[in-house]
Amino acid sequence: MLLLTCPHCGIAAEETEFNPGGEAHLKRHGPGASDEDFEGYLFLRHNVKGPVLERWRHSYGCGKWFLAARDSVTLQVYGTYPASLAHPSDEVGDSVRAAHPNWRTQI
Amino acid sequence: MSRPSAPPPGPFRLASGGRLIDRAYSTGFRFNRRHLRGFKGDTLASALLGSGVALVGRSFKYHRPRGILASGVEEPNALLGLGQGGRFEPNQRATTTALMPGMVTESQNAWPSLDSDVGAINAPLWRFFPAGFYYKTFIHPRAAWLNVFEPVIRRAAGLGRAPKQADPDRYEQAYGFAETVVVGGGIAGLSAARDAAREGGRVLVLEQTPHWGGRTPVDHAGGEARVGALLDELRGMENVTLRRNTQATGLYDHGYLLARESLADHDPKADLPRQRLWRIRAGRVIVATGAHERPIAFAGNDVPGVMLASAVRDYIVNWAVAPGRRIAVVTSNDDAYRTALAALDAGLEVAAVIDARPVADGRLPQAVRARGVEVLTGTGIAGVRGGKLISGVDLCAQDGAGKVTGRLDCDCVAMSGGWSPVVHLWSHCGGRLLWDEPGGFFRPEPSRPPTGPDGAPNVAVVGAADGDLAVAALTGAEVEAPSAQVWLMPAQATRKARFKMWLDYQNDVKVSDVVVAAQEGFVSVEHAKRYTTLGMATDQGKTSNVNGLAVLSEALAQPVAATGTTTFRPPYTPLTFGAIAAEAKGAIFQPLRRTPMHAWHEARGAAWEPVGLWRRPYTYPQGGETHTDAINREILAVRGGVGMLDASTLGKILVTGPDAGRFLDMVYTGMMSSLPVGKCRYGLMCNDNGFLIDDGVVVRLAEDQWLCHTTTGGAERIHGHMEDWLQCEWFDWKVYTANLTEQYAQIAVVGPKARDLLEALGGMDVSAEALPFMTFADGELGGHPVRLYRISFSGELSFELATPAGRGLALWEALMAAGKPFGVTPYGTEAMHVLRAEKGFIMIGDETDGTVIPQDLNLHWAISKKKADFIGKRAQERSFMASPDRWRLVGLESLDGRMLPDGVYAVAEGVNANGQRNVQGRVTSTYASPTLGRPIAMGLVAHGPERMGEILEFPVKGADSVRARIVDPVFYDKEGTRANG
Amino acid sequence: MAEMTALARVTRVEGLGMVTIRADLDRAGDAIAGASGLPLPGRVGIVAEGDRALGWMSPDELLLMLPHAELADALTDLREALRGEASLVADVSDMRCVFDLTGEDADQVLAKLSPTDLEMFPPGALRRTRLAQVPAAFWRIPGGFRLIAFRSVEVYLRELLETAAAPGTWLDPR
Repeated sequence: MLLLTCPHCGIAAEETEFNPGGEAHLKRHGPGASDEDFEGYLFLRHNVKGPVLERWRHSYGCGKWFLAARDSVTLQVYGTYPASLAHPSDEVGDSVRAAHPNWRTQI
Repeated sequence: MSRPSAPPPGPFRLASGGRLIDRAYSTGFRFNRRHLRGFKGDTLASALLGSGVALVGRSFKYHRPRGILASGVEEPNALLGLGQGGRFEPNQRATTTALMPGMVTESQNAWPSLDSDVGAINAPLWRFFPAGFYYKTFIHPRAAWLNVFEPVIRRAAGLGRAPKQADPDRYEQAYGFAETVVVGGGIAGLSAARDAAREGGRVLVLEQTPHWGGRTPVDHAGGEARVGALLDELRGMENVTLRRNTQATGLYDHGYLLARESLADHDPKADLPRQRLWRIRAGRVIVATGAHERPIAFAGNDVPGVMLASAVRDYIVNWAVAPGRRIAVVTSNDDAYRTALAALDAGLEVAAVIDARPVADGRLPQAVRARGVEVLTGTGIAGVRGGKLISGVDLCAQDGAGKVTGRLDCDCVAMSGGWSPVVHLWSHCGGRLLWDEPGGFFRPEPSRPPTGPDGAPNVAVVGAADGDLAVAALTGAEVEAPSAQVWLMPAQATRKARFKMWLDYQNDVKVSDVVVAAQEGFVSVEHAKRYTTLGMATDQGKTSNVNGLAVLSEALAQPVAATGTTTFRPPYTPLTFGAIAAEAKGAIFQPLRRTPMHAWHEARGAAWEPVGLWRRPYTYPQGGETHTDAINREILAVRGGVGMLDASTLGKILVTGPDAGRFLDMVYTGMMSSLPVGKCRYGLMCNDNGFLIDDGVVVRLAEDQWLCHTTTGGAERIHGHMEDWLQCEWFDWKVYTANLTEQYAQIAVVGPKARDLLEALGGMDVSAEALPFMTFADGELGGHPVRLYRISFSGELSFELATPAGRGLALWEALMAAGKPFGVTPYGTEAMHVLRAEKGFIMIGDETDGTVIPQDLNLHWAISKKKADFIGKRAQERSFMASPDRWRLVGLESLDGRMLPDGVYAVAEGVNANGQRNVQGRVTSTYASPTLGRPIAMGLVAHGPERMGEILEFPVKGADSVRARIVDPVFYDKEGTRANG
Repeated sequence: MAEMTALARVTRVEGLGMVTIRADLDRAGDAIAGASGLPLPGRVGIVAEGDRALGWMSPDELLLMLPHAELADALTDLREALRGEASLVADVSDMRCVFDLTGEDADQVLAKLSPTDLEMFPPGALRRTRLAQVPAAFWRIPGGFRLIAFRSVEVYLRELLETAAAPGTWLDPR
């Protein structure tokens, strides 16, 4: 069972205090979007083996959504950052690249 | 051997010794109705052996007589049923069960009795139960499986029976935290704990037995003192917690460790929780779980009296029990000679040491020779004499095919095929293993450890669990030569002999089975395991794993390292359901959410409907009323007078801020920013897939404040949905939300006399002029602060009153009192459902199922065409969503007066690709309407609204199809005048 | 054997007024502190003075607790202080149930129900977490803890706490 640190309240809590929210940094496509763009937004996911960027909500705590860079193989948590960031913070990115030097975000 | 002078407790009890028993306390227990005695400190196994009970059960498949093999958790045979009634528990290992006064125990898998078991007929037929037997035999005919094979096999195979009564014991859980958790209280674990504690941080040591020290006090001179000194030091350290009787059962991701602490196992008089399941978060885990001794595969190695060598000396030293009067030791290593020495020290006879190795001249073999015991090197056991008890063994050359060279009389065989480190916890969470060729065992691969949340290794292994079997640095023992790898005895054993060599006692898997699996192509170790069942079930291969892998490797003519090992899975030892459920049973099985008026409903005999975790009154039966009668009475009372519904469970989400209107325009399909202050509007919410997820009335409280009502089940979900969009997509919008659902009690007052009732209570102008339909007002009614909404979910004149939850009951009672002259009737959720269905109002979860869009429900009027965007808009433009062929909402009128069953499908012409009838619609709601005196239904039908008057056919199970006409879904008051009062 | 007593006492607390305050705390913190009469708590903290307490619930949410008699004035003061500021001030006095859990072994009772490391939980900290199956929050008070949870689960929570506090069920090693 994972241990995650909420970047909003700083509490390291167990997985049962969070709710998962799927892949992070999806770009929403609304009315006027092409079928391809909308399909990508609604249905297509990266499902990476290795570092993934994903959404979590601290549902039993402060209620805030945040994003995590986590390794889907080793389960290492490279870092967490607020959901309002468009990219992982430099610190989180550096932490991922320390383990995966050629890593580039899925965004 | 000399017989003990005092017969009880047990003829095989030695006159002196026994470091773990207290002879001052003798205690009685029952085994298969026999009355036996043991001492305080005994395990059930030591008490049985001390009483001369060698036969304790029958094997899984062949019903072979089985005795006690081991002295700890690795025991595969001595699984007993313990206790009676609700406390009966099957499959309990006698070796790890403390003897309790008056304990009632029984053997398993034997019928009609242990001594004359009918199922043992399987035993002479064992040639016909090869690996994969079930898979091969019971394929055809299929019917025979259900009617013939399965009932017979279920009777014959399997372990203990499940208890039939509720477990009266209590269980609990607790969360633990420590920077270091040491699993195993042997000398390696205690020493590692001391080192860790000196470095700082909290150190928690878990020991599965009631005793510290592991094997050291039995195996090593001065061991007890060494353990004692370590314990003294640890007990003096502030940051160390020592916890006995606590079995670590599984290690999971990020240092999450489950451990079961026994508080009052099999001791109901203690008035304590029986077990406590610890949910521990460990910064790092030090695995000091020792090693398990391995059996040797020789013919007849499962006859009662054949035991692990270490277990034999444990019973002698720890419990002063003689497993036999004349013991033969058979071994591939020096360690087993300790058993010969312990037996001699206790005054028992050692028939000989049978050593498979050509040479045995280490310190221990020499010590045994010096005591006058014959050591037969290069020798093996060709066979065991005896059925339910051993009378002797036939000897042979180890490197031959089993030609008998001699015979040894004995009543116990102490065998040792070497030791396997206990690597389960390391493996549970991803640690890799390597085959240690010199040692002949799998041990942790140091470069492939489990890792924690920071990516760093978080598990270490010490002592015997790491392959350092003698832990010489701590025990003071001399380092011994590694065990020889003796996987078959004799090495060239015949096919016939292999049919009698057991690898996995618990699952009745023999050498021949593994060889067959290999021959049939099950060359992957994981496949061979499942085909043969080797290493499965409750013992997870503790004694069988390595022997089985070695045999498989020999059959495949490859090194063990190339075969690899199967995955060890948690739990290490079985967990009771009780410990997993813990406090969550009975009244607190799950949180039951109660409205402020719950007790009132309860006192009026309400039948309950669970809605999420809420309990809502379903109906209030009076006198001898059936539910149907009660529901009909409630509906007619509402239509004809006035009724009251507890609507407190409806979600109430406050949305405020300068951008709140803009936000709600995105969240709802309709326009909410244009809603005037003081007004209410029905709204629909979709997800970005376009599907309808919730509905409810939105109220504009002030210029920058809206209150959004949700369905009962939707409050938390919809609040979370709003926060998701606010935090993750529109985080720069100035909007705040608060889920105020539980702040308010809400009461619906419904029916033509609703206004009269409120006027009787007095305090607010509730006239149609002052409070028109779809408006609200704040004020006081009968002295109660209320927010009064004029909204209707029944088509009747209707008000909903919100008041602070703490005043809800008082307001409810005041309304009931004021309503008495009007015959006010409390009604439940079922009446509410029928009332709404009579009006053709949809219900989330009935008319919707996660694939329905508002357009399917003819709710176009609630979807704004002016808005550039809302959540779900783009999806609803997709071709499939916009298709005219989608099923759409209609009313359905049964032609013959029968009710349409819920969920039934209307059939169409032709068949689909699977040969099933095509369908063209289904029923979403169906009720008997007392208002109309006939059944009503709604459904989704292809092109439905364009097909008014057409007849559809709905096949139903076990009866003629119901034919129904497509009609307008509004069955009652089509003009909608009643809501105006 | 000595008479076994419960690990802790469970007492329902009545008569508290509660106000939820949501705003940008960096911008509006001073105004809220002024109106509530308490200094702003730090992240995951709670400040208590006299019979008032102000708890940090999330980066943009505070919970003010005070005697019910002072509630109406506090609501007015807060709304006045936050006029012109994007914010939410709501009376939530009836939304929650409040329990005090007191006694030497109150920590052990919570340790059975919440995945919280209580040895690392000092006075002045507020923890939002779960107690068995329900969301809850708690902080230390003299002699134990104060707990809040949703009103609808009050019966569940009381029975849960009393079960966990059952006599003789200490967590100390035996």
